[in-house]
Amino acid sequence: MREIALHLLDIAENSAAAASKNVSIQVHEDLLRDRLTACVIDNGRGMDAETARQVQDPFYTTRTTRKVGLGIPLLKLAAEQADGSFSLQSEPGKGTRVEAEFRHSNIDRMPLGDLSSTFLTMLIAHPEIDWTFMYQVTEKDSQSRDFVFESAELKSELQDVSLTEPEVLTFVRGLLEEGIEAAALQTVAE
Amino acid sequence: MPAIKSFDELKRIREEALQKKQMKATPGNVQVIVAMGTCGIAAGARDTMKSVLNYIENEKVSGVTVTQTGCIGLCEQEPIMQVVLGDQPKVVYGKVNAQVAEKIMKQHVQHGQPVKENIIQI
Repeated sequence: MREIALHLLDIAENSAAAASKNVSIQVHEDLLRDRLTACVIDNGRGMDAETARQVQDPFYTTRTTRKVGLGIPLLKLAAEQADGSFSLQSEPGKGTRVEAEFRHSNIDRMPLGDLSSTFLTMLIAHPEIDWTFMYQVTEKDSQSRDFVFESAELKSELQDVSLTEPEVLTFVRGLLEEGIEAAALQTVAE
Repeated sequence: MPAIKSFDELKRIREEALQKKQMKATPGNVQVIVAMGTCGIAAGARDTMKSVLNYIENEKVSGVTVTQTGCIGLCEQEPIMQVVLGDQPKVVYGKVNAQVAEKIMKQHVQHGQPVKENIIQI
């Protein structure tokens, strides 16, 4: 994976596969604390403690097509290599929370990447899920901006019209791109 | 393109989309499925998806359902994309980068001609 945004897409796919009704993707670029935090929280079927431990091992997977599962171990490695940390909390029947933290200035931290494409892809691929996307930025002088998007509102407006109708796509893509661009860091170019 | 941000705007867009959809009677359901397991994503599935969506937007193609599937066990062929036209059998494509995706949208989805060189025989 070349971007944190691609990891988020991958982890959120796990949430969708776990039959979640609500999934929240939260990203915080915090220059004040020199941290980048990325979090996926779902209310899917969850895992017991043993499974939650095993999924962090690349040679474990719940899938049957292959004997390796790399999504979670790859993100864990990426975070740990960038002076960060990884945590996974899960409870059967309640849901799962995956959090990866990176040192923002670490040379090995991969770029955040194209967050709006990740968000748009999840919206289109899983219209049945109520998504919350949150992107927060804290500058060195502690000024803070954020962008929050909730798909439930969009869905109730659209009713029976699909997200993949061209006019609707243009609207949603514009909404995500403009929102993220307006909140993004101005001092750091990626 | 003018900035469109408000949900009032979305109401109008919804009405328009609905009218256009009724005008164009699509012959059956058109489904485009992008594989998005870890292998697919690492190989560029998001770019494939983006290319499909761009095509729909730019060419104003109405009535296409875009969805995803997980890893189908052909990781070496990723990014994988599948096309289902109405009652016809599913066509599975391999190594679908953004350019190939655009070609598939044009030739297969819009004109019913599968892109033979990228089909995977299962």
